[in-house]
Amino acid sequence: MKQAKMTPSTTAVPSRRKFLKDSVALMGGLVIGFYLPMKSGRALAEAGLEPPKPQVYPPNAFIRIAADDTITVVVNKSEMGQGVYTSLPMLVAEELEADWNRIRVESAPVAQVYNHTTFGMQITGGSSSIPSSWEQLRRVGASARILLIRAAAAQWGVPEAECHAENSRVIHAASGRSVGFGAVADAAAKLELPKEVTLKSPKDFKLIGKPIKRLDTPEKITGRAQFGLDVYIPDMLTVLVARSPVFGGKVKRFDATEAKKVPGVQGVYQVPTGVAVAATGFWPAKTARELLEIEWEEGPGASISTAKMREDYRALAKTPGLTARKEGDAAAALKGAQKVISAEYEVPYLAHAAMEPLNVVVDLKADACTIWTGTQSQTLDHAMAAKTAGLKPEQVKIHTTYLGGGFGRRANPVSDFVIEAVQVAKVIGKPMKLVWTREDDTRGGHYRPMWADHIEAAIGADGKPTAWKHTIVGQSIAAGTPFEPFMIKDGIDAMSVEGAAHLPYRIPNLEVGLHSPKNQVPVQWWRSVGHSHTAFVVETMMDELAHLAGQDPVQYRLSLLEPSSRYAGVLKLAAEKAGWGKTVLPAGHAYGVAVHLSFDSYVAEVAEVSVDNGKVRVHKVVCAVDCGMVVNPDGVRQQVEGGVVYGLAAALHGEITLEQGRVMQSNFHDYIALRFSEMPKVEVHILPSEAPPTGIGEPGTPPIAPAVANAVFKLTGKRLRSMPFDRITLA
Amino acid sequence: MPQYTLNVNRKDHVVDVAADTPLLWVLRETLGLTGTKYGCGMAQCGACTVHLDGRAIRSCVTPVSMAVGKQVTTIEGLAETHLGKTVQGAWQEVDVPQCGYCQSGQIMAATALLKENPSPSEAQIAAAMEGILCRCGTYNRIRSAIQTAAEDLKGGAK
Repeated sequence: MKQAKMTPSTTAVPSRRKFLKDSVALMGGLVIGFYLPMKSGRALAEAGLEPPKPQVYPPNAFIRIAADDTITVVVNKSEMGQGVYTSLPMLVAEELEADWNRIRVESAPVAQVYNHTTFGMQITGGSSSIPSSWEQLRRVGASARILLIRAAAAQWGVPEAECHAENSRVIHAASGRSVGFGAVADAAAKLELPKEVTLKSPKDFKLIGKPIKRLDTPEKITGRAQFGLDVYIPDMLTVLVARSPVFGGKVKRFDATEAKKVPGVQGVYQVPTGVAVAATGFWPAKTARELLEIEWEEGPGASISTAKMREDYRALAKTPGLTARKEGDAAAALKGAQKVISAEYEVPYLAHAAMEPLNVVVDLKADACTIWTGTQSQTLDHAMAAKTAGLKPEQVKIHTTYLGGGFGRRANPVSDFVIEAVQVAKVIGKPMKLVWTREDDTRGGHYRPMWADHIEAAIGADGKPTAWKHTIVGQSIAAGTPFEPFMIKDGIDAMSVEGAAHLPYRIPNLEVGLHSPKNQVPVQWWRSVGHSHTAFVVETMMDELAHLAGQDPVQYRLSLLEPSSRYAGVLKLAAEKAGWGKTVLPAGHAYGVAVHLSFDSYVAEVAEVSVDNGKVRVHKVVCAVDCGMVVNPDGVRQQVEGGVVYGLAAALHGEITLEQGRVMQSNFHDYIALRFSEMPKVEVHILPSEAPPTGIGEPGTPPIAPAVANAVFKLTGKRLRSMPFDRITLA
Repeated sequence: MPQYTLNVNRKDHVVDVAADTPLLWVLRETLGLTGTKYGCGMAQCGACTVHLDGRAIRSCVTPVSMAVGKQVTTIEGLAETHLGKTVQGAWQEVDVPQCGYCQSGQIMAATALLKENPSPSEAQIAAAMEGILCRCGTYNRIRSAIQTAAEDLKGGAK
């Protein structure tokens, strides 16, 4: 097979000192290391894994300045579309006073220095890349600037305080001298890191807050961007695995006689997750896999039916669960109430369905393992790969490629796709790329959990809520993963009740309970995690209460919010920009509204909706966002647009169902994504703020489903209490 | 295995693959042109869209034999035409991509549309782009980039 592309491997360097020396000698560069106190591998230790040893890892480096003034920012977050290869370098460049046009980006290797500043491991998720890097990367940039100025000042024999940096040059204004960063980088690299740095005042920002074009666009419009699936290494085989049709099933016996006859097939092997077919390319591997005859030991997963689960969940939702929140006495208040609403909600399992199906390239040798994959979770994947390969952590390298979408799936809490790939590589004994077909990806589990909710709520004579009793039923995402010790307290998985346990509205008697049933279907975080269902439930119920009280949904919410709160801020802004109560909409169109806090950001959305022949159509969505200070406003707009689309696809169409343990959907013909003609116009209004930046990758998603559902009620009088909406008869 | 001569991005290549191999895998694995993406394998997502004699086709369901004697253009060869370059320029100006995985297919479909119809209406754009999925939510920017390209073509058409 001819080779398509080779990813050059980075050279392992045993220590920061040696790396500094090498980088000076080889590249004439400056390397700035930056340490923060870490929680250091607690999750790994809890998982029974050895925490990484920093001394044998590559150096802690975020910036390299070459002699030609090119500045490479090493980014420790995975680029999956959310724009971190642009926004994180902006933080560095702002304080470095770098020439933005000469910034390059490189993905970080796995090393402790690249750990997330609050999660204590290298991971991209939780809409946290900007908030967690905001201080760190500006300090990195400022430290480098100070050293460059110091080095130039020493060369000129002038006081450091008389020099400043601008556009990748150090300038001594008094004498009119200036020098490019590249020319003083060597000297700067030999200086001690400054102990204290002062960061710019926001009024002096040159890049932060400006709409900056993405640095990855040129590669992504020419086909040059390398995703995991685009990695080809010498003598690499392509492997497809036939996995059990039922979660938890095992191979009983198999016959590969016909499969092995397919030209190009190099071998068929039993592996822990099924039967692996190795071939010279994708097509022979896929052709051969279809010819395998496999008998499975299906196990208890074969009895799973989501229709049955729905009944069980609904029944469970009417029984008391573990208490996640209790204020006042909701039961007593409900008993005495005149106006009560009781409602049941259900939302299905959802696949992430990123455009790039999962894939991993593994080059496994006796004493080394090199992995190329688009992962969001380097530290855990690295540790799990080492454990699976039976190698020391320092013998394993992961190259993070571009991710063709992540949405949470590529931060698998149990490293499913990486462990499997290493297991298969061990059996095959050759360099290989394990490819998941779209069908494998859709049926491979690790879904957004299916949830059922029950709410009883009451209002008083003034229309204000007096009681709210909410019970949630759904699998815990953290249970059985290394995240369990941090995320589950007293049996409550924080992700199951987020967005429900802490309501912004004044409700004197509030009770939120949780049931976390278990089954064989693996579940995982999916863009906005628990909020993807709690916002739907809470915000449609608030709409019902407003209706019961005979009040306008926006005014009703505002009357229950702190007037100066950021909730109220975005709600008012969205209503104002949409012309809530003023805009005359076309006949058959109506507005619906929802507001929700997730990942420390506040988002309100007003959706303009019509129902045509029973089909919900969303024409326009007006979003108001308060995510603190904004680094790249165009990036924020992209993320909110994307969040709306992702949430809308799920609200209208998304559904994974199981019968006899088998996933009923397989590809985009039956697991429906939003297509071009269904795309609403999306307006994004950003509330000016001086608060530190908060998340933006996910917060656009939660409000869209309830905003649309509330508009549908206005149009049809029918309450949408389950998703997807296209399963509900509206005609 | 049979041999086929393929003209890809104006160059002839002799490839030796099974007759039913989809063009997609020949481009990606035999010729190393990885800009064309695999997304679904059943003409549902359009990530694999390339041009066959200037028309947009789904290479994941097009057997290699069907491409013989025709001109195949992939994202890697698109900038060789003024039209292709203009579309890519509009994509850059609007800053369309997010994850970027679907963008080769989007750009190939948009270019084929503009070749047939240099000033498409919004409805015509939607109809032409309906088959190319994006999960990141770039559709509005895609529409805007196609409109930008159409304007650019009017201005400096060669």
